[in-house]
This record gives sequence, structure tokens and C-alpha cells, in this order.
Amino acid sequence: MAQLSLNKRAALLSIVLLIVGLLIWEAAIPAQKAAAELTEYERLTGGGAPKAGIPPPSKVIAKAWEELSNPFYDAGPNDKGIGIQIGYSLYRVLTGYFLAALVAIPLGFLIGMSPVAYKALNPFIQVLRPISPLAWMPLALFIIQDSEASAIFVIFICSIWPMLLNTAFGVAGVRKDWVNVARTHELGALKTAFTVILPAAAPTIVTGMRISIGIAWLVIVAAEMLVGGTGIGYYVWNEWNNLDLTSVIFSILMIGVVGMLLDTAFGLLQRKVAYVE
Amino acid sequence: MSKSFLSIEGLTQRYPDGTGGETTVFENASFGVEKGEFVCILGHSGCGKSTIMNILAGLAEPTSGVVKMDGIEVSGPSLDRGVVFQNYSLLPWLTALRNVTFGVAARNPDWSKEQVLEQSRKYLEMVGLKGDVVNRKPSQLSGGMRQRVSIARAFANHPQLLLLDEPFGALDALTRGTIQDELLKIWRGTEQTVFMITHDIDEAILLADRILLMTNGPYARVAESVVIDIPRPRTRTEIVEHPNYYAIRNHLVHFLGVRSKEMAGQQQEGLPSKPETVRIGVPARPEPLETT
Repeated sequence: MAQLSLNKRAALLSIVLLIVGLLIWEAAIPAQKAAAELTEYERLTGGGAPKAGIPPPSKVIAKAWEELSNPFYDAGPNDKGIGIQIGYSLYRVLTGYFLAALVAIPLGFLIGMSPVAYKALNPFIQVLRPISPLAWMPLALFIIQDSEASAIFVIFICSIWPMLLNTAFGVAGVRKDWVNVARTHELGALKTAFTVILPAAAPTIVTGMRISIGIAWLVIVAAEMLVGGTGIGYYVWNEWNNLDLTSVIFSILMIGVVGMLLDTAFGLLQRKVAYVE
Repeated sequence: MSKSFLSIEGLTQRYPDGTGGETTVFENASFGVEKGEFVCILGHSGCGKSTIMNILAGLAEPTSGVVKMDGIEVSGPSLDRGVVFQNYSLLPWLTALRNVTFGVAARNPDWSKEQVLEQSRKYLEMVGLKGDVVNRKPSQLSGGMRQRVSIARAFANHPQLLLLDEPFGALDALTRGTIQDELLKIWRGTEQTVFMITHDIDEAILLADRILLMTNGPYARVAESVVIDIPRPRTRTEIVEHPNYYAIRNHLVHFLGVRSKEMAGQQQEGLPSKPETVRIGVPARPEPLETT
């Protein structure tokens, strides 16, 4: 053990924990009695029928294998592959998210540069920010009259705040010396914004973007449970209605994996724009 | 007034003092700098040296008075006036080389990429930075190296006036010495007009053609202009053997230690406060030292 690197030891421990966890889970599920072992009374009262219960991990793994080996099949509105469902969710999240970025980052720039704009917009931000994104849903459905667009709107409204506030904060905090460097080099306003202020504020802005994408992925599941039709949130709820707990557990895990991948992508971006003063 | 290349005329700076009144940092400061001259300004902190520097750079506005360069009034920052800040002010997300090309490209928008790179490398080499070092970020460079990059950035732009704001203030004495030598070397090659703030007397004598002395604030003013006629090229080790060196040094120490306080707070309403020119020693005496 001593000659293994820290990372290798940690990975080994992770695998051990996973296996132990799965074994405990597997052992904790009470086995269904075989029909031959039932008494006549039990058989008469329907004891032989399979009882709904938490599925053992072996079943979840089998289900995952089955779903992931053919993720893009489409057999009608209620039977689509997991890849298609996640695809719908990602499409909604990314559309809402990038629309939010398109509004939040320029507006954040403005608020960060101008104390007047900051003071004028602050009360609105403070009131709108704590609203649960799902509370917008009825209003969105009524105004937009389209469930798809309403889901995107909900993502938009929930991802805008961290990006807006972080951009404003980052831009306002750019060191005056760096702005002076731009001024003594006669850079115009636009050039200063792109070559000095944007890279200086980028770490803070990307942190906001990372928080936003996390929130957006949390919210899309709930939003799709409400609007229905397609998406990973709808899939979870649909499988619950089917009492297919194996699929529910599988899709919960998939939500986690996709969320992790999104976060990792922004983590990489964050490392790319980071600098040491 | 005078026909100096850079002329500062009746510069006054007042700030509200927080109790409804006003504090006058300096008043009616007037002096000139000739083309190709290296001028240092010495004074205690709080006398407004940095404010004068910011006004010359165009980063700050005086309460009254004008700064003229080549007869044209200075308003706002310009590439004609390069600045080396005390804290280097390099952009930390760019490499040393990119920090210099940033300036060169801004100064020469019509240059090709290769020209910009060549010019930047040339000036980095002049301050002793070449090879892989130029591809490092400022955070991976020592304080001395960072200031070298900053100096290279300023010189590479060939500004008409170079402003140095206590450029060696944050460096240790040994590093300061080497960079002073490098600054002298690069300055000799370019005949750049330099205006530099310092509070290091020896540094001022080593570098300057003329040292402006400021009294303490409030109502600070540029009281004297001491001509340093020790022949160039100067080096740190040889300059101390010049017969005038200690006479000049003692004069400056005495001014900063005693007279700057005595002269402080003297309001000189309406008087044209041109600094008094002071020459120390006997420049006519035959030079007894070998200078290289």
C-alpha cells in the first residue's frame, strides 16, 4: 500500500466502499419466497404475486446495462431511450441557460461599471432573486401558452441571478491599476472591456456560470415533472407512475452523472480563465 | 512662461478635508523638464509626488494649473506618456511577453504580428529577460523581473515622456541596484525624457540630471532644482568616489531632514514659485577619476 500514490489509494478505497455499499444493499432486500415454499393459505390470499419493493442493485445494474446499450430508441411517447430523455433535458437547460448568459453577462457588466445602475437595479434583483423558479411556472404557462417554452423560461429565470451578480461583482472589483494600464495605452471602451476587464473578471464570472448551471440542472427535473411529455424529470415521474422503481433508481443515478459532467466542464473552464495575482 | 519640452505651470491640488473645508496638497507648482533629461523628484510621503505623477500621466485632473508637453496641453492619458507604476501593473493573465506586446500593439496598430513580437523581445532582452522566462506569467516571476517587464513595456513604446512612479520602491536593495544599472543602460540607448518619483537619495543622484526637491505638505511646493553634473556614464560603485557626490548627498539629506519641514505650510499666495536652481561643487575642477 505504501508505494501507491495518494490518488491510487483513494481510488481503491472508493471502489471498496462502492462494493461494500452494493453488497449491504443487495443483502438488505428481503428475498421473495418461491411458490413451492408457500402454504396453501398464502397461495389462496395471493402471496405468490410479486410484491413491489426496492430493487436490489443487481437489478438496477442489469437495467442500466439494458438502457445504456440502446439509449436512443424511440417506441412512442411513453417509451423513449434514456439518451433521448436526457437529450431533451439538456436541450432545455442549455437553451435557457445561454439565453440567461446572454442577458446576465452584459447587464452584469453594466451594473459592475456603473454605481448608478447598480443602485437602481438592486431592489429589483433582491426581490426577484429569492423567488423559487417553479413559482414562475403558472404565469409562464399562461403568458407563453407553451409548456416547452415555459420550461426553458424557468431555466432562464433561475440561472440568470448567480451569473448577473457574479459578473457585476467581478467587474466592479477589477483592480484600478489594470484599468489605468488600459487608459495609459489609450484603449477604447470596447477594447478595454474585452482585453482588460473581461479577463480580469473572468474567474468570478465563470464561478457564477458554474453555480447557475448546477441550479439549472436541479430545476429542470422538477420543471419536467410539471410540464411532462419528455425529459429526464418526466421520465422519473413516469416510471414512478409505472411503479418501476428499478428505472426510477437508474434515472436518479443518471441525473447525478449528467450533473457531475456539466459541473466538471465548467470546472475545466474555470481553471482555464484562472490567474494568480 | 518657459519653453521647456514639458512645462508644469501653476499646478494646484486641493481636496475636501471632510469637515467642509479644503486641504491644499500643493499649490502653484511650476517647473520644466527638457527633452532627453532625466529628472527625479524627491520629497516626503504626503507631499503630493504621486498626485503630480498622476496629473502628468493624465490619470488625474489638477484643481488648477496646466501641464504642457511640446506646447500642447495635457488632457487625459496618452501613449505619448508611458508610465511605470510602483506595483508593476502587469496583467496577471498574460505572459511577460504578452504584457509587452499588449503595449507595443496598442502603440503601433498598423504593425504586423512579427514586428510587434520582434520589438517586444528586443526590449525584454535589453532588461535581461530572454529565453523561456518571457513565457511565464507575472506570478511566476520575482518582483525584480516583474518590474523589468514593466520597464520593457514602457520603453518599447518609445513614449515622448516616461513617467516612473517609485519603480524600485518594492524591491530589495540588491535587486534595486541591478535594475538601476539596467535602467541607465536602456535610457542611454534611447535618449528618453524621464520623470521619476523616488524617495531614495542615492538612487536619485545616480540616475538624475536634475533633482527637484519638494517641501512637506500641506501647501507643498517644488522648492529647489538641484543640478547633478557628475559626468555620465555613471555606475553605482564609481559615483560615490566623485568629489561632489557627498556634497550633493549632504545637501539633499539636509533638505529632506530639516528644511523641507521648516518650509512646510508656508502659503505663497500668488507668487510664481519656480524652483531655485542649485549647483553644488566645482564642476570646473579637472576630473580626477577615470570614468569608463
